[in-house]
This record gives sequence, C-alpha cells and structure tokens, in this order.
Amino acid sequence: MADTGLANTRSANSGPTYSGPVNSGPANAERAQARSARDQLFDVRLVVNGIVHTVIVPARRLLSDCLRHDLRLTGTHVGCEHGVCGACTVLVDGVATRSCLMLTVSADNAEITTVEGLTEPDGTLSPVQQAFTDCHGLQCGFCTPGFLTTITAALAENPEPSHDEAREIIGGNLCRCTGYQNIVKAVLRAAELKRRRSS
Amino acid sequence: MFGEPIARLEDDRLLRGHGAYLDDLGHDALAAAFVRSPHAHARIVDIDVSGALDVDGLIAIYTYEDLPGRVAEPLPLLIPHPSLTHPRTGFPLAADEVNYMGEPVVMVIAADRYLAEDAAEAIIVDYEPLPAVVGVEAARDGEHLVHADVPGNVAAELTQSNGDAVAAIAAAPHVLELDLTIERSASSPLEGRGVLARWDTESKRLRIWSSTQTSTGVRAAVAAKLDLALADVDVITPDVGGGFGVKIMHPWPEEVLVPWAVKLLGRPVKFTEDRAEHFISSAHERGQRHRVRVGFDDDGRVLGLDVRFWHDNGAYIPYGLIVPIITSTQLLGPYKPGAYRVEFTSLYTNTVIVTPYRGAGRPQGAFVMERTMDAIAAALGLDRTLVRERNFITPEEMPYDHGLIFQDGRPLIYDSGDYPASLAKIKALVGWDSFPAVQAEAREHGRNLGIGLACYVEGTGVGPYEGAHVVVETSGKVKVATGLTSQGQGHQTVFAQIVADELGVPIGDIEVTTGDTRAFAYAVGTFASRAAVMSGSAIALAARTARAKAIRIAAAALEASPDDMEIVDGVVRVKGDPASAIGIGTVAVLSNPLRYAFDEAAKAATQFAGGDIDKPPVAAGEAPGLEGREFFSPIRSTFASGMHAVIVETDPRTAEIKILRYCVVHDCGTLINPRIVEGQIHGGVAQGVGGALYERMAYDEYGQLQNASFMDFLMPYVSEAPDGIEIDHLETPSPLNPLGIKGAGEAGVIPGAAVFASAIEDAEGFPITAMPISPSELFELRQLHRRG
Repeated sequence: MADTGLANTRSANSGPTYSGPVNSGPANAERAQARSARDQLFDVRLVVNGIVHTVIVPARRLLSDCLRHDLRLTGTHVGCEHGVCGACTVLVDGVATRSCLMLTVSADNAEITTVEGLTEPDGTLSPVQQAFTDCHGLQCGFCTPGFLTTITAALAENPEPSHDEAREIIGGNLCRCTGYQNIVKAVLRAAELKRRRSS
Repeated sequence: MFGEPIARLEDDRLLRGHGAYLDDLGHDALAAAFVRSPHAHARIVDIDVSGALDVDGLIAIYTYEDLPGRVAEPLPLLIPHPSLTHPRTGFPLAADEVNYMGEPVVMVIAADRYLAEDAAEAIIVDYEPLPAVVGVEAARDGEHLVHADVPGNVAAELTQSNGDAVAAIAAAPHVLELDLTIERSASSPLEGRGVLARWDTESKRLRIWSSTQTSTGVRAAVAAKLDLALADVDVITPDVGGGFGVKIMHPWPEEVLVPWAVKLLGRPVKFTEDRAEHFISSAHERGQRHRVRVGFDDDGRVLGLDVRFWHDNGAYIPYGLIVPIITSTQLLGPYKPGAYRVEFTSLYTNTVIVTPYRGAGRPQGAFVMERTMDAIAAALGLDRTLVRERNFITPEEMPYDHGLIFQDGRPLIYDSGDYPASLAKIKALVGWDSFPAVQAEAREHGRNLGIGLACYVEGTGVGPYEGAHVVVETSGKVKVATGLTSQGQGHQTVFAQIVADELGVPIGDIEVTTGDTRAFAYAVGTFASRAAVMSGSAIALAARTARAKAIRIAAAALEASPDDMEIVDGVVRVKGDPASAIGIGTVAVLSNPLRYAFDEAAKAATQFAGGDIDKPPVAAGEAPGLEGREFFSPIRSTFASGMHAVIVETDPRTAEIKILRYCVVHDCGTLINPRIVEGQIHGGVAQGVGGALYERMAYDEYGQLQNASFMDFLMPYVSEAPDGIEIDHLETPSPLNPLGIKGAGEAGVIPGAAVFASAIEDAEGFPITAMPISPSELFELRQLHRRG
C-alpha cells in the first residue's frame, strides 16, 4: 500500500482516506489517557470445560468474545450482544449466564462450561443434546448452544419438569426457526433420558 | 427413505458446538466496522477522520471517494422490470446523500472489531439534514422526495387484470369497500449478515465466505464489481444461522467492500453484523396499504374484485418488484373471482430497503383476500367457510389459469390442489361447526372467545433452474453437490433421503454439499420455498443418471442384462441371483479406465486387467467416472396450499390476546421428511404470530427506528408461541417435477395476520383492518366502537 497524506476532508482526498502505519497522528492527550486505561491488560484464569486457560485481555473483553476468539470455542454464539436472545449462554460455576453480558475479567477463576463441554466424557451426546436430535429441536442451530446450556442447568435443579415448567425453562431464549414446539418436547425428553442414564 | 421422518444428519455436529458459522471462521482476519448514517435523509457535508488516526491497530479507513471504477457505481438492480420506471439503488458507501438511518458511510479496517469500532466512533461526519419521508402516506403525498429526481416518490406502477372487474362490480348486487393495512416487520435471523474474504496473492484468486442465501449470486456480483473472472472467485456459504429471506438480497455493500479491501490490503478481512446493525441496515418487509372494492352475489360469490395497493419499498429498490408482484397475484389464494383487477404503486421512503421476508408479499395478500371473504360473510350473514367454499377453484378445474403473470415472469397457472378437501380437514380439526356453542358457553362465563380461519396458495419452486452432481467414489461413498444454500432447512438430510432411494445406497454413505461454488457452480439460490422442488428434483435426476451408469457397467462386468439388475444397499446385483453382485465402489473403479493403479482395488481398471480390446476404453457417449450431473428447470412454479384456524381468547379488561388452539392443514405435495416439514410449519406459525400480534418496525416521523433491539422489537419467545400446533397433511402431488413435491418453507407464516384478524374480529364483534394488533390497540378499538 502506498503511503498517503492524511485527509481531513472529503475534498482534499485522493486514494484511501487513510491507509498505512498507525500512530502517525498527533495524540489527543485526554483520549490517549482514556485509551490506556481501556487497554490495560489483565491476566485472567479460566477453567473452561475442565481445562485451565490463562488469557491476557483488556478489561472490556466480553466473556463471549474471549471464549470464541481467544480460546476459539466458537460453539457459543452471539445473537444480540444485549442479553436478550440467550444464544451466548454458558454455565459459570454451574449457573446459566449470558456470556455477552459478562466481562472476561469478572470470570477470573470461574469454572465455565460451554456447549463443547456438554458431551459425556466418552464423546456421547449428553441427554439434552440427544433429546434435541430425537425431537428435531433445532433447525439452523445458531441459538441451539444457548438452549442446551440453559436446559442442562435447569434439569440439574429440576430433574422432572412438567410441560409448563419445560416452557418456563426455555422462556428466556429466542429461536427464530422452530416455533419452540419441539424444544419444549426436547426438554421433557432430555429429563427422561437423564433419568434413564442415571438409573 | 423418501417420506420417512428420520432424524437430521446435520444435528450431531451442530449439537456439539462444531458448527462453522461465518464469525466462527477467519480468526486471523482483520475486522471491518462501519460508520452508518444517524439520519434518515441528509446531505454529507464533510467527513473528518483525523480523530481516528491514532487508534491502535487501525489499518485503513475508506469513504466513497476512495472507491474505484465499478465499486463506486450504484449496486446492481437485481431484478429489472418494465414497470420499474424509476429504479434507484444505493452505493456501497454513501456518496453525497444518505437515504436511511443505517446507510454505510465509512468503512474502517482494524486489527480487531473492538479497535475498528473505536476508530469508527472517532470519525466525525457532518450532515445537513433533509426532510425525511416515512410511511406510505408521506410517500404518496409527495410533499418531500426521497430522491430528488423521482417524482412523487414513485418507483413503479403496475396493473394486471383478468376480465372487467370494474364493470362486474358495478353490476353486482352487493358491493363492499375495505381499507386494509399491514405494518413492517423483518426476517430477524438469530445470526446477522457477515462476510469474510481472502485474496491469494500467489494464485491471484479471491475466496469469499458469506452468510448468504445465494453463493452463486454473490460470486457473480462481486466478480463483476471487482473485474475478476468468475473462475477466479470462489464463494462458500458456511453454516448459516437463519435467513428467512433477508440473505437472498445481495450483494450487500459489505459483500462488495470487504472483498475489495482484501484485494487491496492482501490480508483477510471479516465483517460480522451486530444486532443493532441488522435492524438498521438489513432489509425489512410487509409494509403495505390496500384498498379493496368487491362485488358479489347473494350467495357470496365474488363477481368482481378490484384491489389498489401501495407498497413501501424503502430507500432503494435493488430487489425490484418481486414483493408487490407476489401480493398482487397470490392474493387470489384458492379463489376464482369472476373478474380481477389489481394495481399497485411502489413508493420510496427514507427507511431501510424492503426485500422478501418469508412469505414475501403473501401474508399481505392473504390478509387482504381473507378479510374480504370474512366481510362478505358478515354482510350476507353467512358462515365464513361457506363463502370461501363457494369461491374455491375445484380440483376438476386444475390446472387453473388465472390469466395473470406471476413473479417468475410466467403465467399464473395452478398445477394441482384440492381446496374443498383442505377445508373439510381444517373444519374437522378445529371443530368449526361446534365452536358457536363453545363460544356461547364461554360468553356466559364472561369469557371472549373467537375463531378464525384463513386460506392461502403459495407458488413455490420458482425457476429458472437448479442442478446437482452425484458421484460415487471408489470407496462406495457418495458425494452429492448442489449449488443452492442451506439455512437450517435440513437439506443434507432430505437430499440424502432422495439419493438413498434413487441410487440404492445406505444413507450413511451419502454426504451432501450445498452453497459452495467450488463444488457446484451453477445455481440460483434458496428462496421462494424452492430448494426441495428444484435441487431435490435435480438431485433425483442426477442420481438416476449415476444409477443407470452403474447398472450398465455392472451388467457388462457380470455379463448380465441391464434390465435384470438392481442396486440394493450399495450393491449392484442381478435380481434373484445374490451371487452375481458387485459393490458400487467397485463399479466406480471400473467406470474410470486407468493406466496407473493407486491401490489394490484400482488394479481392476488398469489396461492389462481385461476388457474388450476391440472397443475404446471409454465408449462413445460415455465419460470416465461413476457420476451424474443434471439440471432441473420446470416450465413454471408449483402451487402449494393450506388453511389455518385459530381460537383466541381476548381479555375483557386488559384486551390481552391469548392463543387457545392453533390448527394447520398443509399441502406441499409429497413429503420427503414429514418431521422436517412440520418443523418448518412450526417456525412459520411462530413468525406469523409475531407478525400478527407483536412485531413492527417503529419508525418515528424523522425516520429514526425506535425499537432496534430485541428488547423492543417483540420477537416471540415460547411464551408467545402457541402451546401446541395441531397439523394435518393433505398430499396432492405436483405434476411439474419428478418427485411430485411442492415447497414447504414459507407456508407457515403466510396466513398469520389473516387468521388472527378473523379470530379477534369474531371475539370482539367489530372489524379488524390493520395488523399487527397489540392489546392497547385492541383496547382503543373497543373504546371507539363503544362510543359508536
């Protein structure tokens, strides 16, 4: 890329408006200070699916981005980044948590389970995962990891949900494909599979 | 396997978190972020990027003036039409003027998305605001113009007719007029748009991954924009987190800009749309105003129907007139009015562009027609289903020619269907005839119940074509490729079901690839409920070709007659003689005469291994390899249909609308996988509920979208979806394709607004003419009607 002059207005511009090495402009002291605070890096220890990771992240790094882009566990999906859709739900110390609403630094020393960590140790699908394929509870699959983690946490608390409780369990997750019909069935089927496997 | 409700082959990967959606790829890529217009309509005075220049990790900033050649030209008009007299499309980055809130103005490339957004935030754009045109009334009124050179904001006007509807209405014993409105909504897949590109500086080839419904469309458009040979561009559609129409639109500005920047920078770049961006920069649909004049006889038969409607197409019209054309033709549903005239005007507004969203103009059409049927029934004091039945096209009248031109440029001719049978089924399923007693009893207990019913016909499987390649590897595994894309429809499963039956191989040996131009380069895309019809048919044909070849080769090898051969479970054998058999993988070996053996099995195909020395190794008319490559191009669309019924309860005090039962009768011809079809219906119904009761794009008068988040745009959770959807199928096969199938993808959403309006009207006793309807709107309507 050719170095070009820094153009402040459209009319003065020819070639890329800006392209080239960074740090070439005069720094605004105030903004630089704010930025340095923002860019301060923190060592964070995360136990994800049983494996210990130490990541070095700025304070603003979302847990969802850390999992997806730093640890490359891309099974956790980001659907809204404002905590409404539930696609990014992971288990933090066993509690279903929206990873797009949590900063990585707040998860220091936490035990995190993502969708990749739901399978049985031998690789068998977990009861919830198996129930989703048995009941056709997924179509595009994008929201699915958030449902799987949410339901996994809920069944740990309530192993025998009623039909109404099954609806309640998934009441905070958005799915645009399935109309939820088969996801409700999958919750009940998962509970049944879980009971069967533990007996 | 055809017709079996088997579990999906794609599930295991997705359930383990091993899916690969767009943002799961390209961890080494730079990130693109966009400065978007905060104004609905403004002139760009100045762009000051100086504040962004010292952001760490900044790589490049581009404005319109940086764009060269064809990249600087307006984006393509994808579907031209003679009536589209004033087409306008946007630039990849706004040139001098912005025409909707969310229009991209500056592209920033940085080391990661956080830094790219830091830089974008520090760029100051100076705008001179212009008056915003928002909504059909303001556009029609024409006081202010979206585009200074488009008089009256009119992009297009189109009239179609069959017979003299005006005269028929004038002569009719009864005439009604209705004004009917549907508001804007949007596809809203859980995954937004996204594009990743790599430029291989050594081979000078471009590779693009896009979360799209048409990889071949993106490929052609980007190659043209960047002046590249088609052969030097690959487009791969990874797992796609839902489409529902919005991703058939292409090329999005980002799909041109990211590959262009990648080529300049020599480094991979990725753009992942966030939720806020999706609301303000991806397409919407549904917003239309309709005026109906209908003339009918004492029995409720429609003698003449005259519909005038106004379609809000947003700031630009890259997808042409497809949505209003579909409304204007599919409005007719299962009915045969004596004469029909429809006229629409497509209007520019300073809002996000409008392109098809699941149903694509049909929900509006069904709403208009079904409201009209209910109004006729009310005017004559007849049962609503009786009026419908009297206007149905009968099975004996199939194929039925409406005398109009459909969205594919072909005559609107229904191929098959049995509407009276569907009506009988839905009435039985919902208990239509016994409902008045239920309603009366509930009323005695102070409860408001209402029942609604709505019918639709959906043209599915539009052309021009799809193709497929089926190849048997020497291992016996079968690779299937078709060019259209998948967004959760279970294509890998249903296409494998077709191949398993046609070829006679175990389904576990079949692997299906979709939406990858490297695997199959000729395709149209996934829209209009066409994938099963088009690619399913092409795949069946390609599998038949491969099968015929396998039998020819095996028959020669076994010295048997091809007529006596069959393929069962991956073995080609002589019927009734299990010893005379040869594995299909071995047949694949024999299909490709070799000079060089590559393994033990391959020795059988080498030049000293035998064969007739008096014939060429590859016979005339044959080609090496056990494969089939076929295309399917039907004469015209096939027409699926269905009927929905809903029972609602409206709260006498709060006007809350509760769904008590939701019933569906669905006819998509022969079913490949009933479980998948029902899943499609479920999802469509939930979107129909959203469109009827919750979802709307709340633009204010300045063109600011007030509800651009999932907090405020009320997409149904499970609590809003029906608790149970009762489904009955009818199968009237299509005569237009080898499998008799019709599309199923969009059907569930089509009658949503219509069926709820019908039920709420039945519960409340006053006309419902605008959807969606919220409890507060219903409450206000009650007040209005109580006041008289």
